[in-house]
Amino acid sequence: MKGRGFRIYAIAYLVFLYAPIVLLPIFAFNNSTIISFPLVGFTTKWFAALSDDTSLLLAVRHSLIVAVSVSILATTFGVFAARATTRYDFPAKGGIMGLIMLPLVLPDIIIAVALLGAFTNILGVSLNLFTVILGHTLIATPFTIAILNAAFQSLDRSLEEAAYDLGETKFSTFRLIILPLVAPGIISSMLIAFTISLDEYIIAAFLSGAGSATLPVYIFSQFRFPQRVPIIMALGTILVCLSVLLLTVAEYFRRRGIAKAGGKDTGGFL
Amino acid sequence: MTESQDPATRPARPIIELRDVEKYYGDYYALRKISTTIRQGEFFSLLGPSGCGKTTLLRCIAGFEELSGGALLIDGRDMNGVPANNRPTNMVFQSYAIFPHLTVEENVGFGLRRDPGTKAEKAARVAEALEMVGLKGYGKRAAHALSGGQRQRVALARALILKPKVLLLDEPLSALDKKMREQMQSELRKLQRQVGITFILVTHDQEEALIMSDRIAVMFDGEIAQLDSPERLYRRPVSRKVAEFIGIMNFLPATVVEVGAEQVALDVGGLGRLSITAEQCPGGARTGTASVGFRPETMTLLFEGDPEPTRARVAEGKVTEVVYYGDMTYYEVLLDGVEKPIQISMRNVVGRPVLQRGQRTRVAWDPAALVLFG
Amino acid sequence: MKQRKILGSEAGNGYLMLSPTAIYSIALMAAPLIAVLVFSFMTPGYLKIIWKFTLSNYTTVLGDPIYAALMERSLVMAAAVTAATVLSAFPIAYFISFHVSPERKSLWLFLITIPFWTSYLIRVFLWKVILGYNGVINSAFEAIGLIKQPMTFLLYNANSVVITLAHSYAPFAILPIFVALEKIDRSLLEAGQDLGESQIMTFLRVTLPLAMSGVVASVLIVFIPTVGDYVTPTLVGGSSGQMIANIIQLQYFKLGNYPMGSAVSITAMGIVTVLALIFLFLNRRFLRGQK
Repeated sequence: MKGRGFRIYAIAYLVFLYAPIVLLPIFAFNNSTIISFPLVGFTTKWFAALSDDTSLLLAVRHSLIVAVSVSILATTFGVFAARATTRYDFPAKGGIMGLIMLPLVLPDIIIAVALLGAFTNILGVSLNLFTVILGHTLIATPFTIAILNAAFQSLDRSLEEAAYDLGETKFSTFRLIILPLVAPGIISSMLIAFTISLDEYIIAAFLSGAGSATLPVYIFSQFRFPQRVPIIMALGTILVCLSVLLLTVAEYFRRRGIAKAGGKDTGGFL
Repeated sequence: MTESQDPATRPARPIIELRDVEKYYGDYYALRKISTTIRQGEFFSLLGPSGCGKTTLLRCIAGFEELSGGALLIDGRDMNGVPANNRPTNMVFQSYAIFPHLTVEENVGFGLRRDPGTKAEKAARVAEALEMVGLKGYGKRAAHALSGGQRQRVALARALILKPKVLLLDEPLSALDKKMREQMQSELRKLQRQVGITFILVTHDQEEALIMSDRIAVMFDGEIAQLDSPERLYRRPVSRKVAEFIGIMNFLPATVVEVGAEQVALDVGGLGRLSITAEQCPGGARTGTASVGFRPETMTLLFEGDPEPTRARVAEGKVTEVVYYGDMTYYEVLLDGVEKPIQISMRNVVGRPVLQRGQRTRVAWDPAALVLFG
Repeated sequence: MKQRKILGSEAGNGYLMLSPTAIYSIALMAAPLIAVLVFSFMTPGYLKIIWKFTLSNYTTVLGDPIYAALMERSLVMAAAVTAATVLSAFPIAYFISFHVSPERKSLWLFLITIPFWTSYLIRVFLWKVILGYNGVINSAFEAIGLIKQPMTFLLYNANSVVITLAHSYAPFAILPIFVALEKIDRSLLEAGQDLGESQIMTFLRVTLPLAMSGVVASVLIVFIPTVGDYVTPTLVGGSSGQMIANIIQLQYFKLGNYPMGSAVSITAMGIVTVLALIFLFLNRRFLRGQK
């Protein structure tokens, strides 16, 4: 009875959430530099223009280098932290974990300025892709921990003990039991870290320095030129499709991981 | 597998020796100087309430916990510094710990990875183990698709396939429903006789321990309160605490008048002067105030037409509560001259009425059934 | 042997396992944040810091009405975004928790999180397209004859910032409330009705108090990052929609005044932390006994 009202509201809410994403391909294929209704005609020229843009291709290359590195680094840190919190109990665990998870609530610009200050004024290092990787790893790690915690938590401790009891060493237990059971969580965590890094703007803007702009930094710079907007729409369409694909794969692995460990699905990411 | 042997005639070779075994966490003592011997081929139970240290002791034997003090020998070998993966023990976990990503076959054969045997030999051993626990043909199944009882059997097969000297079972039946549990109790008992391996079972269920064990160690607060056969434990508990933990026991205040070499003379409130044997004082006897205990089934209500007892004595009292169980009836009877009602259980037989509350009744009791507590 | 005891102990293993991640966080977050604090007391010089202690950065930040106005606007806008986001999110979380069958809950959560993970910049930019002078709403309304002149109050002001941020932070608000609602034992609601309360009163007396821990988490997780958001006010805020992050960016990037930018950052963080603590204190009875 009341469920109906809720359902209508929920669908309206989804329309609000998806409105920008749905508009994206509409204007990406619209044959006009002005982004407004009514539509003028169908074209694929904006997509074609993408491949001619050398600075765009360079930005994509940079972003891929950063995102791949971040996904590996953040997931490695996430594995350590998730294993530590789910398996061991020790004093100040909550405090240390609170610090590690802090970037979840800290505005990104604060992290950006703090790292910029530290890199340029204290360490005196020059800004490049590596500094961006360091910054992105910091903000992606809390997300990987959240995902990996769920994966490690559904792991019954007696599974390890059983393997150990049956003659395996600590290391081979990790390889034969723990790793296969959390592997889907690791894959899902890597994909999420990749997506976060690929999408992050403000830290990249502060830490990339000249000549190493990532994709979001490049996109932001293009917003100033109205004639470039349809090309950005085309690029956005590709990015959205890519993100949806990555997320679907991540979600598939996350669920499979929980099912594999015999656990119950309790919800999505975060 | 080894041929079956009767535990009574088997020589009592020790398989596990505990010498002043201690385990503490900070200043919390989980085990306090435990010394005892577990014999080769027996079904041994560690029974006690939660937190009594029974699981800790089992995990010390398995090697998951390091001893804080004392020594632990398995088959004559000191286990100090020997990790769990090198001990001749295997464990059936409370949660079964079936590897969810492996098949039944892969689970059972897990411990054979380091075995030098050929693939065919290993497969044969897995098949044999599966057949032994009644899971023939289940080998290719996914582990997470099994029922509780089947998981239990896989866990058993997986632990037994390595032919351990001692099999450790950590509350293995607690997750099963009543019917399944009863079936597994008798199967486990049979399996143990068949393979001849020493089983050590941790349980908080006194009935389970009584049914399955050759010997039971009752533990309280990190200590073994009594180690005995099920029958002696039930009939001659050494303390009121043990008596209360195992089954129901009525207690009456008593005064020990005289302690002789063979006989002990008592004065029991409401029942009068009587004499018991020293064997009825498992916890020892001293003159002065004490209490006596007796089980509900050792007293009988006398109905009209029953023959007058020859050896037992007779007391009179009033029925204050009646609980009908079908095969049994539990009465609470307030004996004349006794302050608190006592519980008496009677088997229901054809032609015998069930008494009502408030009715007067005669109760026959035998001094030989009493146990004295200091 | 004694040494092995410490290394092999539970706590020792835990610290060892956590240390790579913890060291990374300390080196790349805690230490730089402390550096920001130190910078904020130093004398500004263009693109470099003169290592001389001064309080002048703070006297400027706290005394200059421009900073105060910008700070106040950031807080008011973040509060508006938080209110809009959390209020609109609650029914969604309630719907998914109570009206969606268990096997479809994951799908709904997935649908809600997808937009969040797709290019933030482009999503914000699209709101500019939707709300702009020649934007989707105006051109559509003109086409069907609802309005004659394009509406100008949609873009480049506080409204557009609130709408855009509410859109960005939707999943952040929904998920904590959903988790809190999921934890509520359904028999408590039956007990509420069994004890004579109507459905609405049961909601107010049982469901809502039990869901408050999630609401509190949602408020904080939306409010704190929105105060410091940069992209949204820059792209859709116009001059009247600028927020504190814009001045931080300006000080660091355009003016090269690190000490001043640090002082603004520290002040903003301090105010937000105090507000968050007051908010937690006011809601402490909802958080008791929860983990």
